[in-house]
Amino acid sequence: MSKDMSYESVMSRKNQIMKDAVRIDYSSFEGKGIAFDYEKMMKEAGYSLEQMIEIQKETGIGNTPLLELKNITKLARKYAPKGKGARIFIKDEASNPSGSFKARRAAISVYHAKKYGYKGVIAATSGNYGAAVASQACMRGLNCIIVQECYDSKGKGQPEIIEKARKCEAYGAEVVQLTVGPELFYTFLKLLEKTGYFNASLYTPFGIAGVETLGYEIAQQMRQKEGRDPDVVVATNAGGGNLTGTARGLIKASASDVQVVGASVNLKGLHMASDEQFNKKSFTTGHTGFGIPFATWPDRSDVPRSAGRPLRYMDRYVTVNQGEVFYMTEALAQIEGLERGPAGNTSLTAAFSLAQELDQDKIIVVQETEYTGAGKHIQPQLTFAKENGVEIKVGNPEEEIVGKNIILPKTPDLIKARELDLIKLKKSYIKNCIKNTEVETISKEDLEFLIEDTNTTEDFVKNVINEIDNNLLS
Amino acid sequence: MKAYKNDWVRIYGVVLTPEERAPQVPEDTKNVPLEMWNKGFLIDDEAEIGDIVEVETYIGRKIKGKLIEINPYYDHDYGKCVTETLYIGRQLRNILKGGECNE
Repeated sequence: MSKDMSYESVMSRKNQIMKDAVRIDYSSFEGKGIAFDYEKMMKEAGYSLEQMIEIQKETGIGNTPLLELKNITKLARKYAPKGKGARIFIKDEASNPSGSFKARRAAISVYHAKKYGYKGVIAATSGNYGAAVASQACMRGLNCIIVQECYDSKGKGQPEIIEKARKCEAYGAEVVQLTVGPELFYTFLKLLEKTGYFNASLYTPFGIAGVETLGYEIAQQMRQKEGRDPDVVVATNAGGGNLTGTARGLIKASASDVQVVGASVNLKGLHMASDEQFNKKSFTTGHTGFGIPFATWPDRSDVPRSAGRPLRYMDRYVTVNQGEVFYMTEALAQIEGLERGPAGNTSLTAAFSLAQELDQDKIIVVQETEYTGAGKHIQPQLTFAKENGVEIKVGNPEEEIVGKNIILPKTPDLIKARELDLIKLKKSYIKNCIKNTEVETISKEDLEFLIEDTNTTEDFVKNVINEIDNNLLS
Repeated sequence: MKAYKNDWVRIYGVVLTPEERAPQVPEDTKNVPLEMWNKGFLIDDEAEIGDIVEVETYIGRKIKGKLIEINPYYDHDYGKCVTETLYIGRQLRNILKGGECNE
């Protein structure tokens, strides 16, 4: 008897399909209400740091250069108050085999898939992760399918995503390209069910823990270079995995005092599932359209419990505008001699502004770069923006209206990291936990979990809960 | 144009019609189908553009769809000259050399 492949029917089989495709029994980490045992999940389902370093070494990942950006630092000091302007370093993750830090995440997933005898891996991603999975699968002799959200209903595709499709194919992967919509997940589930391949999700313990080596390396390399830990590490934030993994790696290197800052491109006002707005943006990842929803409800991902939990680790969360990131991408090429992809420079843009708040003897690390190429570059991305009716101007980035214009800063002093209210995001997360789990009372276990998952205090969490419904705390 | 067995082709299909789309999608997205593109080697002996064909994807899966392109290739590029960006490098170098910060 053939299975019912309708949308509703496939979605209703989601849990079983996922269980077969990641072979993690998430129920063994679940509590009764809101809580689950995060650390147990990371420990039992994942690998130790030492094992991960070995796994990544096997496929040539990691040990990427940590470079000091002397000219960008000099530039920041021109605009900083007297005595301010921290030294800016960048972790050149573009040196990884597939051209981004995502290779670290893919390495562990693909290793795990191979170990458990899967014939292939599938990942749903329009980002660098696709190429990373394809490259790792290729090295370990597994088949690979990448499912991308790529086009609008007119068949017009984001150049950045098309380039990533090309790169996946270069590594021998099959690329399934779709138009806009969250039902990508439906196609993804059908493929998992049909092929029996492993779900190389970005959000499993392997997908997140693979980034721990990045945080760990930053601490080790900085100690070697400067004899101390960095003061601030800036991570581009989308689904939360990059920041979570990096922060966990820093903690594992005993660099617990480092301030971890998340940075996203501001795409306020654009609906991520809108066909008409799909091509109005110039960044397809690292933006607030993923960053905020995933921070305030991480378990929206393609696994029951996301291992990426940015609110646990984020000390600050800032946004930068599209025009500012393009400007800094140009700066990195023109005064540092490093031509890298725009999306990866989101955290660099934030760091340029944040450095101006810190004393000159402080150190700030930008924890990634990504490869650049046709489509994935300032010129094609701005050309595409123009073709889609977005105006390119030189002026004050404060006046940028997402989807209408992109404003390249007239002078670099106009580049600003703008603070997002973390308290508000934490409140929103707690509210979502209560709403989505439909709990009637909050147990002691739930309370403890929420304190940890928001990195706040008992008073804070209790106050938020009581604001929602003062009968929830019994 | 005709495609023959083993030709590398691009195929197209509708995954969900507008009526079948998920309830949570915004109105503009709900008005259009969820479409799909994939590539493979043609299994049929021959076919015309627009025919429903079967292909074997690069990793060996057999799938069906409407034939839309023979020997598909990428034409994304480095875009046009975006003249608005041309000042950036010169401005930055000038500032580093000690030129005016605000000019």
